[in-house]
Amino acid sequence: MVEKLILSTSPHLHSGDTVERNMHTVILALMPALIVSFIVFGIGSLVVTLTSVCSCVLFEWLITKYLLKREKLTIADGSAVITGILLAFNLPANIPLYMIVIGSLVAIGIGKMVFGGLGNNPFNPALVGRVFMLISFPTRMTSWPEPHQLLAYTDATTCATPLNLIGQIAGGNSSAMEQLPSVWHLFIGNTAGCIGEVSALALLAGFAILLWRKVITWHIPVSILLTVAVLTGIMHLVNPELYVNPLYHLCSGGLMLGACFMATDYVTSPMTDKGMIWFGIGIGFLTVIIRYFGSYPEGMSFAILIMNAIVPLINNWCKPKRFGETAK
Amino acid sequence: MLKTFKIGGVHPDDNKLTRAGVTEIAELPKQAVFPLSQHIGAPAVPCVQKGDMVKVGTLIAAAGGFVSANIHSSVSGKVAKIDTVVDASGYRKPAIFIDVDGDEWEESIDRSDDIVSDCQLAPQEIIERIKNAGVVGMGGACFPTHVKMMPPKDCKIDCLIVNGVECEPFLTADHRLMLEHPDEVLIGVSIIMRALDISKAYIGIEANKRDAIDLLNSKVAAYPGVGIVPLKMKYPQGGEKQLIDAVVGRQVPAPPAIPANVGAIVQNVGTVFAIYEAVQKNKPLVGRIVTVTGKSVKKPCNLVVRMGTPISQLIDYAGGMPEDTGKLISGGPMMGRPLMNADVPVVKGTSGVLMLPREDAERAEERSCIRCGKCVSACPMGLEPYLMATLGEQGDWERAEKEDIMICIECGCCQSTCPSRRPLLDWVRLTKTTVGGIIRSRNAKK
Amino acid sequence: MSDLILTAVIVLGIAGLVIGVVLFLISRKFAVKTDPRITQIGELLPGANCGGCGFPGCSAFAEACVRQGSLKGMNCAVSKPEAMEKIAAIMGGEVEAVTPKVAVVRCNGSCENRPRVNEYGGVKRCSIANMVCGGETGCFYGCLGCGDCVSACRFGAIKMNTETGLPEVDQDKCTACGACVGACPRHIIELRNKNKKDRRVYVSCVNKDKGPVAKKACAVACIGCGKCVKACQFEAITLENNLAYIDFEKCRLCRKCVEECPQHTIQAVNFPAPKPVPADAGGEGNEPQNA
Repeated sequence: MVEKLILSTSPHLHSGDTVERNMHTVILALMPALIVSFIVFGIGSLVVTLTSVCSCVLFEWLITKYLLKREKLTIADGSAVITGILLAFNLPANIPLYMIVIGSLVAIGIGKMVFGGLGNNPFNPALVGRVFMLISFPTRMTSWPEPHQLLAYTDATTCATPLNLIGQIAGGNSSAMEQLPSVWHLFIGNTAGCIGEVSALALLAGFAILLWRKVITWHIPVSILLTVAVLTGIMHLVNPELYVNPLYHLCSGGLMLGACFMATDYVTSPMTDKGMIWFGIGIGFLTVIIRYFGSYPEGMSFAILIMNAIVPLINNWCKPKRFGETAK
Repeated sequence: MLKTFKIGGVHPDDNKLTRAGVTEIAELPKQAVFPLSQHIGAPAVPCVQKGDMVKVGTLIAAAGGFVSANIHSSVSGKVAKIDTVVDASGYRKPAIFIDVDGDEWEESIDRSDDIVSDCQLAPQEIIERIKNAGVVGMGGACFPTHVKMMPPKDCKIDCLIVNGVECEPFLTADHRLMLEHPDEVLIGVSIIMRALDISKAYIGIEANKRDAIDLLNSKVAAYPGVGIVPLKMKYPQGGEKQLIDAVVGRQVPAPPAIPANVGAIVQNVGTVFAIYEAVQKNKPLVGRIVTVTGKSVKKPCNLVVRMGTPISQLIDYAGGMPEDTGKLISGGPMMGRPLMNADVPVVKGTSGVLMLPREDAERAEERSCIRCGKCVSACPMGLEPYLMATLGEQGDWERAEKEDIMICIECGCCQSTCPSRRPLLDWVRLTKTTVGGIIRSRNAKK
Repeated sequence: MSDLILTAVIVLGIAGLVIGVVLFLISRKFAVKTDPRITQIGELLPGANCGGCGFPGCSAFAEACVRQGSLKGMNCAVSKPEAMEKIAAIMGGEVEAVTPKVAVVRCNGSCENRPRVNEYGGVKRCSIANMVCGGETGCFYGCLGCGDCVSACRFGAIKMNTETGLPEVDQDKCTACGACVGACPRHIIELRNKNKKDRRVYVSCVNKDKGPVAKKACAVACIGCGKCVKACQFEAITLENNLAYIDFEKCRLCRKCVEECPQHTIQAVNFPAPKPVPADAGGEGNEPQNA
């Protein structure tokens, strides 16, 4: 016996895409960077990442269940896991656990759940948490462990990151040039920095996975990287003594991580291709400005947050071209 | 590099189960039902009464206005009643019921299989024959063909585009028609070219119908000005506007503009075949090919069906409705209409009968929008479905109109790509209907 | 140091003064003159912006009143009579007498009476369900049960009864603003006279199908038999398109039709329980009750 026929309008078929599939692919795409960070920073990177992921998921669960009193729990969609990983990727591998927990609470609580959860947050939650920590714990957030201390955690010896050195060079300290690692070392990740940002290669591999599984499009990462390359390239040409080769910029700091994973966050990026390109250009521009002229060595987080704030405007300005509009 | 349309589109699995299924002739029904509103425009007006005897091809309802179409009996027998029937719209509409008795045809109809290629009629006579035969667009929209053949005076039409795309998954009615009646289709094309005095015609066919492309290519040399255009597979290429864009690269502006405004006219291959039969064989539109299909259907098939046959009869022929059926659809899975039951009769626009298993038919739980923008990149009209749906939910009709909601073609690409499974098209359709009503009442006031 | 403070005070002081003067001039130049009565009336109105008056909101109603200069044809059904009198006083006119009304749901197709034959799988909104098809039942006129009227009501007067799947109007909360009437895509809800003691008699069906079709779809559908029309002594009942309708202006609440109806479609609400002798029922209530 055939059951009651369902009545609902077309389309009657679905591509099968789900929120979970997209989120899980992003998690998968983040794995190469995690592996590299483990090789470079050792046990510390794993401790920080695990703590961050667990506390993000826990906070999301607590907030949805006890504060918002929702029946449907959303932790299974994987977005809290991504926030956790991304937050950890933006932290040095020697940061104490309690700071991570506080950061996660801010990321999930203030960055996401106060706005109503996934889909409604104007700012990238991981970056909200990261910037909060940067301002609250400036010393611990800006002292990065030297690579290859595989068993050290909070006791690891620290050193300057390539970005510090680039800043010093721009400030006129030409001796810093000698300490700067080669572009190749920067590219594969053999350098000091936050957990997830060191290896441009691993991040690009993740970007390739995202592109292949059609989770994101090329527009945001490519426009960010191109803008940064062009701007720093011009400055390099003007004065090679003060301003380093653009390749250093592309491979150092959080640029690659931000461009491929943070700026491309669905919720906080524009909806149209055109909008995404403008968004990327804005981030690239702000990043270079902050890196060279701001008081922080890294500008990616701030640049993305600032551009997040104007995404609604970008969505209003950059409408897709309607079919038939050319005929006007 | 195959041609296709420029904006958006999706790639659903084509699932053409009946690709190789040679058309079979369905049995005559015991009672045939003819809804009076099988086309866009005014319903037809019955011109028979209860108890009248009719033959195949007898006019039973005459066009009820300029934009309307004649309806002919597809069976011989006695008019049982003029009552109401639930049709594919999901509502009860007036219809003529005919009890079938034998299979007697009107004498004026040429029933032979001979191909009549010669046509010396004047354009007006051709259009008149099309009008008398009650031919409508067979792709599903059912717009009266004779109206389409009389474009506004200020539009110069320079090309005919024949729609052999059949981009809807599952359906193969047009594909089989092109394979089994290539000559008739090509003659039909030249008749339309003659009627509209145009020298160029393109037949657009998606690349998954390689055999049809090859067959028509082998015959097309005898028909000057006709070209076969293979197209890359992409839904909704069979949409009129998308097809014109794909084949000749022209984009029809927003309504009220029509294809004629960019010098093109589009006809479905089914319509072209019906035009051939109407003009060369004097045969009104009394039958069509219907694909009866579905993943769990025992014997999916292509059937030549008389209009008015209940769909249940076709389903029985295909091995009965599978146990797991969750949804019965008239048409394809992307744009077809859900049916309440199988008693609905086949009408001029019934291109397929699709039975979806329950797990495919049930919509997954709706989540909040994650603003991924996939609906925006899938929309073939360059709209922002996520925004339209929100505006619809909020009832902001004014803003929706400014965002060009009226150009939406309701293809369903947005909803079928949404990872949050939002019922975007439900909302968009509500918004479009409401805004359309507001615009109409505003125009009426002027 | 004191220099610095002094400079700051002077600079800010002058800037403040200049900006203040500019703002004053601008506000003078671009001042919009409004009739004070609009604000006064606006304060008396309920502020629910229900749209029952036919205007987009309470302030629009107030403006329209003042523009028209009288209360002719204008009524806020939601406001209490005293409030309307005050508004009339501001406008310097009289309040038009308006019969109090209440929203009535004219469908009794509960799950029991009207079996479900299909399953609606789209968005749970009546306006959308109505576009898809006739609905889950064989009746294409009756309530779709998605609750558009419930969300349209600004006064919390309509609730969905989960057992019957039909909306129920709380007659004490209902202000007869008419929002639900407009929200129902099937035009089931009607504003009818409230009458004495809230007594009402109405045909609880809007099905226009022929008798057998309607009866098959719903156990309490109006089959258009016309018995009620014959039973009515006051010519209050009309039969059109297989559907009976009771004109509430003519109805004298005698309830003869209620007894006659073979389908129990006609509803009589808020009457006392029937007396043992049924003959008495028709004798009462002969005086007009629609004042």
